Formats: sequence, C-alpha cells, structure tokens
Amino acid sequence: MALYKLQINGKTVQTEADPDTPLLWVLRDNLGLVGTKYGCGIAMCGACTVHVNGEATRSCVLPVSSVSSAKITTIEGLSKNGDHPVQQAWDEVDVPQCGYCQAGQIMTAAALLKRNPKPSTEEIDATMSGNICRCGTYHRIREAVKVASAKTK
Amino acid sequence: MTSTRRSFLKIAASAGGGLVLGFNWFDAVAADTLQAGGGLPALVHSSKNAAAAASVEFNSFLSIAPDGLVTILSPNPEIGQGIKTAFPIVVAEELDVDWNRVNVVQSALDNKKFDRQLTGGSGAIKHSWTRLRKAGATARQLLMQAAAQRWSVPVTELTTDKGVVFHKASNRKLPYGELVADAAKLPVPADVPLKDPKSFKLIGGTIKNVDNKNILTGKPLFGIDFYREGMLTGMIQRPAFGYKLKSVDAKAAKAMPGIVDVVTFKNNVAVVGKSTWQVKKAREALKIEWEKDGSTESNADHDRLFTEMLNGGKATVQRKDGDVDAAFKSAAKVVKAEYQCPFLPHSPMEPMNFFAHVKFGPNGPESCELAGPTQTPDMARNETAKLLNIPADKITVELTRMGGGFGRRLKADYVVEAAELSSLVKAPVKLIWTREDDMTGGSYRPAVRYRFEAALDAQGNLIGYKLRGASINAGNSTRQDNFPSGAVPNLLIDSVDHKSPITTGAWRAPITNFLAFAEQSFIDEVATAAGKDPVQFRLDLLDKAKASPTGAIKYDIDRMIAVIKLAAEKAGWGQKKGADGKAVAQGFSVYFSHNSYVAQVGEVVMQKGKPVLQKIYAAADCGIIINQSGARQQVMGGIVDGIGHAMYGNMTFKDGVPQQANFNDYRLIRMNEVPAVEVHFVDNGIEPTGLGEPALPPTGAAVSNAYFKATGQRLRNQPFINQDGFKGVS
Repeated sequence: MALYKLQINGKTVQTEADPDTPLLWVLRDNLGLVGTKYGCGIAMCGACTVHVNGEATRSCVLPVSSVSSAKITTIEGLSKNGDHPVQQAWDEVDVPQCGYCQAGQIMTAAALLKRNPKPSTEEIDATMSGNICRCGTYHRIREAVKVASAKTK
Repeated sequence: MTSTRRSFLKIAASAGGGLVLGFNWFDAVAADTLQAGGGLPALVHSSKNAAAAASVEFNSFLSIAPDGLVTILSPNPEIGQGIKTAFPIVVAEELDVDWNRVNVVQSALDNKKFDRQLTGGSGAIKHSWTRLRKAGATARQLLMQAAAQRWSVPVTELTTDKGVVFHKASNRKLPYGELVADAAKLPVPADVPLKDPKSFKLIGGTIKNVDNKNILTGKPLFGIDFYREGMLTGMIQRPAFGYKLKSVDAKAAKAMPGIVDVVTFKNNVAVVGKSTWQVKKAREALKIEWEKDGSTESNADHDRLFTEMLNGGKATVQRKDGDVDAAFKSAAKVVKAEYQCPFLPHSPMEPMNFFAHVKFGPNGPESCELAGPTQTPDMARNETAKLLNIPADKITVELTRMGGGFGRRLKADYVVEAAELSSLVKAPVKLIWTREDDMTGGSYRPAVRYRFEAALDAQGNLIGYKLRGASINAGNSTRQDNFPSGAVPNLLIDSVDHKSPITTGAWRAPITNFLAFAEQSFIDEVATAAGKDPVQFRLDLLDKAKASPTGAIKYDIDRMIAVIKLAAEKAGWGQKKGADGKAVAQGFSVYFSHNSYVAQVGEVVMQKGKPVLQKIYAAADCGIIINQSGARQQVMGGIVDGIGHAMYGNMTFKDGVPQQANFNDYRLIRMNEVPAVEVHFVDNGIEPTGLGEPALPPTGAAVSNAYFKATGQRLRNQPFINQDGFKGVS
C-alpha cells in the first residue's frame, strides 16, 4: 500500500492503495465516486471512461500510481450542476435506458467535443464506437452528441 | 445518511379500508452525491432526490405531501425497460397531477403492497395497467370528495387538472396538498370511474426517463454501487461445466494485503477482502485443481447431438393438425432447411453482483438483508430463505436500478451465493462477478437447431408444414401455436432436448429470439419457392387462417395483418428504388410474442460490390402507448440487440470450458454497425402490452431476407459472420 495524492474534480484527495490498483477501483472503492462504472476491466467497453488531463481515458486499466500528477475528471465533476452541454443533450434526447454505460458515453463525448466541437457523423461514430451500450441506445447517443455540439460554441 | 428505510411517523389507518397511512418517505432519499474524500454514498432510489415530509399515503402506489409533491412508488425492477417511468405515468394520469410535481421512488420488495414484483416476459404493463389506473383514480376521487365536503357541493360538479380540484360554477379551486389531510379521513371507495382514454394528458405523450438526472450525474443507483459501512467484497472462482473442485491451495491468496478469508462451498472457492482489486488479485493467486465429472461437452458434441436429435431422436409432439405425411406425398414441391444458433451470454453492462448481510442469533442465521439487481426479488428471497433455513419474512430485499438484465437476473444464483458467503464469513458482503465470471458463468441462451419442411401444391399453396426443434437445455424449443399454425391444414411440430451441464436460462424473448429468425427466414424461402411475394404470401396465409382456421390460434390475426401492412406501407415494400435507380433489396419479417406484434422490413444495398444493411423499418402493435419516448427506444434497442446477436454473438465450448470470456473475444454490436431504424406504432386503443422483448425476435429475418434479396445467399446459421461466404452487411 502507498499513499497517493490525486487531483480529482478540482480537489486534492489522499488515499491509500496498492500501486497497481486501477484508478477505477480507487474511485469506486476508496473515494465513493461510483458514477464511473466497471464493465469489462480490459478497456474494451468504455463504461469506466474518465478524463485524464482532458483526454478520455479508460480508468479500468490505468494504475493509480501513474496518475498522481494528472488532473482527473469523473462524471461527478463534469459540471457542478449536471448542466454540461453533453449532460443537457443526453437528457433532452432522453438517451438512457438502463443508464449503466452512459457516464462513460458522456465522458467520451465531452472529450470529443472539446477536441472537435463540430464533429461529422463519421467522426462521432468513430469515437463513440469505443463505448458499448448493451441496451442499444446508439441512435440517441449519436443524436445527443449532435445536440451537444450545437450547444457548444 | 446511511438508512434508506421508511420511517413511519404515524399510523392513521382509517376505519374504512385501512389503507390510509401517514408517514414520512425515505429519510435518506436526498442522499447527496459523495464528494471525493468524504463518506461513502447511500443508494439513490428517488427520481427527484427529494424527501417529502408528512405525506399522506393513499394506497400502495402513491402519497401526497401538503406541499403538493406526489410520491409514486414503482414496485417493479428497472432493467432499462422503462418501467420506473411508465408505471408512475399511468398512476399520475388517473390522479390528474402535474408530472413535474411527481417524485418516483423505487420500492423494495413488499408482498403485502404489491404482486408480481418481477421483470420478465414483457408482462408488467399488461398485468398492472388497471391496478395502476385504479390507484390513481381512487386517490383523485378521495381528494374530490374532500373538496366537495369543504365547499358543500356535489362531487359531480368538480373537475381536476394538474393536481388542483376545481368547482367552476363558484370559481373555486384547491390544490391537492390542501386536501390530503381531509381526504385521508374518508372511506376508500370500492369502485371509481376511470378516464376515457381520449382525455389522457400524460399517457401517449413523450416523457423522459425519471432517473435521467441521477444517471447523467453519476449518482449511486446500481447494485454494484451499493455500500455499507464494514462490508467486505467477495469474488468466487466457479468450476467450468462438468467439473468438480479437487483441491485448493489458498495460502498465497490469504497472505495478500486486504484479504480477510478464503472459503470453499459447493465446488466454489470464494475470496473476501477489503477492496475489489485486492480480492481480484488474491483470487488469481489461488491454486485450484479441478477434475472432470465425466459430463463435459464441446461444440463438436453438440453438432453431432443436433443431427442425431433431428434424425432419430425421440421427439415430443407439440402440435399435430391434419395428415402431414399425406400432404408431403401429394406435394408438387417440398422445401426443407435447417437453422442453427449458438449459446449466448446475456452480457448486461453491469455484471452480476449482490449485497447480503446474514445476521446470526444463538441458533444460527436469523435474518438477512439483501440489496442489489434482481429481476425476481421474490424468488431471490425464497431461495435465500431456503438456503439459510429461515422464514422468508426475515429477509428484506432492496431493489436497485439494474445495468441491464436481458433475463439473466431472473435467476437468483448470485443472490444465494452472496447470502451463503455472508453466512460463511459472518459479515456483510458485496459479491461481485467480474466480466469474465459473467460471461463464463452460464445461464446462457440455449443452442438450438431447427429443421423446417414445407409442402406446396401446384398452385404454390402451403399444404403441409413440419418443424422439429433440437435443443440443448431448452425444453420445448418450439412455440407450436404461433404463426403459421392455424393457417396450414397439415402440420406437425415436435421437439427434442438434450440435458447438458452447460446451464441455460431465459434470454430476452426466450426461444423466440432465435425461432422467429428461423421461421421467418424459412417462410421467405417457401414464398420464394412458391413464386410469391413474401408479404402477400404471409397475408394469404393469414386470410386462410381467418376463413378456415386449423386448430387453435393464439395470436390475433387482424392485429398481425395490421402490422404487416403498416410496415410494408412505410417501407414502400416492393417499390423502393435506390439512388442508382435499381430496386432496394428488402426483406420482410413479422412476429407475435409476449402479446405484442412487430413487423419489420430490412433494406440491404450493394455498395462497391458489398452488401450494406442500411435501414430497418418497424411497425409495432402493443396497444396503447404509455410513453412515446420509452416505447420508441424499446423498439429501436430491441432491433439493435437483434442485429448484434444475429450478426456476432457466439459462445463456444471445449471440454466444458467457455472459449470466450470478455468483450475482446465476444463481440457486441457498436455504434458504427447500426443501420437507420424507423419505428411506427399501430394506434388501436387496445389495452397495452409489453415492449421489452417483442421487437427483437423479428429482426434477424428482416436482415437475412434482405441480404438474400441482395446477394442470393441464405443466412441460416448464427452468428452470420461465421457463415461460409458471408459478405458482411455493415
């Protein structure tokens, strides 16, 4: 076990973990930030996506020891009042069915729009195809990214 | 805030129905999202994160606070089918309240208040439609009576809207909140009028998922998010199919940091410890020897078994009409084809997990607290009661939102495991299955091979039909009274099943998830052999079933005809031309399941010599639509699921060992692989039925029949991508 100082959602938090513990489990087990989800543990489904220095990153394969100087944003910290344009768009389009994968989808979409505020349909598909939605809300996810893009100046 | 129990402030049961209780709803529904570094969160069950003090409960489903906030309990487990939104809409409709003032709360298991607290068979809406309406209408009636008394006017002169009672003649009005105290004292009317569906304000509208805000901000909602002070995390290493535990060396695992114990039960080895990662690593350090019990099977065994069962197996006759042998002897043409599908895991995004806390008295287990994702809380409780040998009423079950279910959570195996683990280590335990556990842990969609035979007369009429289902752990793999039964004078449907150590279970639209594909693809083959248009061929069969039915018919012929016609019309069946002026290859499919009807048209176009699935049109009849947004997405999601599993899903076995374990070797459909989907509903005002399953079954054949039209190749085996010569569709 080692002590880690992490920059999460604009705050500095301290926590103890084994160095190889994936950030996902530090968030969920140690810090109670359970909005970031476990889906596969091998970076194949995207449910665990968070922002590390603004980049969409799979937290399930990211050892906590590698992120101590990074700025980490989770779904809980994406916006103060749940009103990030992507969150608003997801609500307007009524994307979620079960909702389990949606935090990861939102984090992926938010990072995409930051990098490319006006993505084409092909660019949306190429980026969002890394995230699985078992309920099959893909049509609405695609639409919501476009709605969020229209909101993003 | 750790408790999510209701605290009863006062019991003010009326002398009349005894239904009216006043109490405070969850004292912890306002559980805030945890800030990093703070305490750990309690689950959120309430859509508005709001606690209503001193609400008056009108019945099992609803209570109203003096400030007008209406709390509606949603009893059924939510797996993404939208029940937590749809049920309260029906109650709120008859109560006549402002939807923005409705707070929806997930109920725990409560047999006294609710029946059929279960998510399966797309049956909740059909079962509860009238109950929900009456719950809302009864409360509305009581509130109007309270107003009538206060104003000394006949109740018949009163109207309501958005949570307010009006007396138009005297221009008076009172919000519900000001009437609840009086209404609570009135006897509960035995019978109340229900609204004329034409005056529905909420039902049939577009209403968003009530949990959107909680989902989109990452609130703790799901079973895997459950936390209890002092709880341990558990993982179990289970045997493959047909194996027994021979020995285990847990020395290294036990010595690892954070590990509390390693215990063995029923061929399982369980590790419990302080955090998920520590437990996972310790489980990997277990040295376990398994031994075969002599029953292990591989895919090659199943292929051989299918052939044996189809050719010589002792089949159980499921339905027999007329004289099939004579029909085939007299046939001008015989069409014969076999269709096969593999086992499939359910792959809900949230793997199996459950929290259990068995509490002990001097003589052993006395009570148990359960919390987590289950489609069958009642069964989970009963099985746990049996395991612990305690009365079921000593067990509580808190229902969490579920990250999908697809039928997997109709089994309580993982709930009982959690309870057993908690009882063995005498501590509260959250059991977690990894993705690998989930995918290799069984309860699969059964593997099946069907053989279809059709006899046509010289005019291309279907005079004989035979179907044999050969299956692994499916029981009866046919649905003998479904279409085309009733429309064929001579028919034989039978089934043979092989018992296997590979466990199976209900998988979204059990049996029909593959039978519909096989049957509707075969009907297309028969129509082609008869030289008839596939849509007209089906309509002719249905006309015949109506004019001169053979045997029992369990589907509504007119409703099936209506969805066929609507889908054909919306898709421009047989007339559609692509940008190149050539006809678009279309495939037709229709299926009745779970009391709803869905027809689909698939469209495949050739792009650079490659077939591409560009669109699916769907026409669905589930009667009255409760929520346009939810219903539409159920159909779209069902179609996406249907395409994905027909195309890619494949679970294989070697000596009883699953050969796929995670999403790197088991492929689920992704965004870039979905075609456009256009959904239409039949508007017929019939009482509503479910939509969680019915859109999936017809999808595979809409794709395969369009693919045939485009390429001339039949797709008879799933997954399509493994079929010889498959050219792809995306």
